[in-house]
Amino acid sequence: MKLTAFQKVLWALAAIATLAFAGVKFIEMRTTQNADLQDPAFRASFELTDHMGMVRTENDFKDKWMLVFFGFTNCPDVCPTTLSEVAVVMDGLGRKAARVQPIFITIDPERDTPAKLAEFVPLFDAGIIGLTGTPGQIEKTSKTFPIFYERIEDAAAPGGYTMGHTSHLFLFDPNGGFADSWPYGTRAEEILADLKERL
Amino acid sequence: MLPNLKNSLFALFLAFGAAGSAMADSLEVLVDAGWARASIGTSRPAAAYITFRNTGGKAVTLTGLTTAVAKRAEVHLTQTDDAGVSTMSPAGDIALPPGEDVTFQPGGLHIMLMGLNAPLKEGERFELTLEYDDGGSKTVEVNVLGVAARGPEN
Repeated sequence: MKLTAFQKVLWALAAIATLAFAGVKFIEMRTTQNADLQDPAFRASFELTDHMGMVRTENDFKDKWMLVFFGFTNCPDVCPTTLSEVAVVMDGLGRKAARVQPIFITIDPERDTPAKLAEFVPLFDAGIIGLTGTPGQIEKTSKTFPIFYERIEDAAAPGGYTMGHTSHLFLFDPNGGFADSWPYGTRAEEILADLKERL
Repeated sequence: MLPNLKNSLFALFLAFGAAGSAMADSLEVLVDAGWARASIGTSRPAAAYITFRNTGGKAVTLTGLTTAVAKRAEVHLTQTDDAGVSTMSPAGDIALPPGEDVTFQPGGLHIMLMGLNAPLKEGERFELTLEYDDGGSKTVEVNVLGVAARGPEN
């Protein structure tokens, strides 16, 4: 079949229109996705095992604010410091503490089994739930938050390594949306004041 | 704490610690009451904190630490970068410049106690021996506070 010059132009226009339509749809899709991510910045999302051996997801804490911190139980300095600040915050909240769930997520799943977490989190006497999982689950969780962690070889440490990790304390609203974060070293009194304004 | 009380505490530690050392420069280094958090068993490292004050005219370097409670004690430094990532690494020898305080505290310099021989229990104390580059040494007491202690005052 031989196309006339006019037919060729029509086909070309049809092709351009199709591409343009696909392009517009694609941009629309991306914008929608971005909008979901921006408001709020991100949502808490995880499926992990708690220190009592129960599987937990963010849906278990619906209607509560979540205070989330990442660390590992072999960490002698930063982790107990932050958890002790969290304990002071929980004490300071008084009756409102029932509306806040503090959560400690390990980034060292190889050493931190639920049983190891059970030796650690209850000591802070603040209702903290410890979460662990397979290395794959922890990696997935770290991407949704997002946080960074790395293994650092250290011959003197137990097991021959220690961990570096994001030491921010994260706050999520009762819908699981990211609400705030505080850098390591923020005093409990300051966190408490921020939190009381929101509750 | 009142300055007078603090000074007398320093003096007390100096008096206790100086015996056995004939070295002049490190004698001028006063050490404030150390503290540590109670440990969780013996398999995990513990951290202890202490403050040095070099009242002398010469720089002194802390070169070593020994204690009966742990197989290994060394100074580590926690650093937190702009992205909020905290890492911990051995800090090596610690310079104590003349006339200055060097404070070990959570999130910074701390004494890592590795291979605990017994759990550190709240309310107990243990001895820590500090070794200096001039050959002097000093033994100080460290108070074991609760696992959730925030500082030497609680």
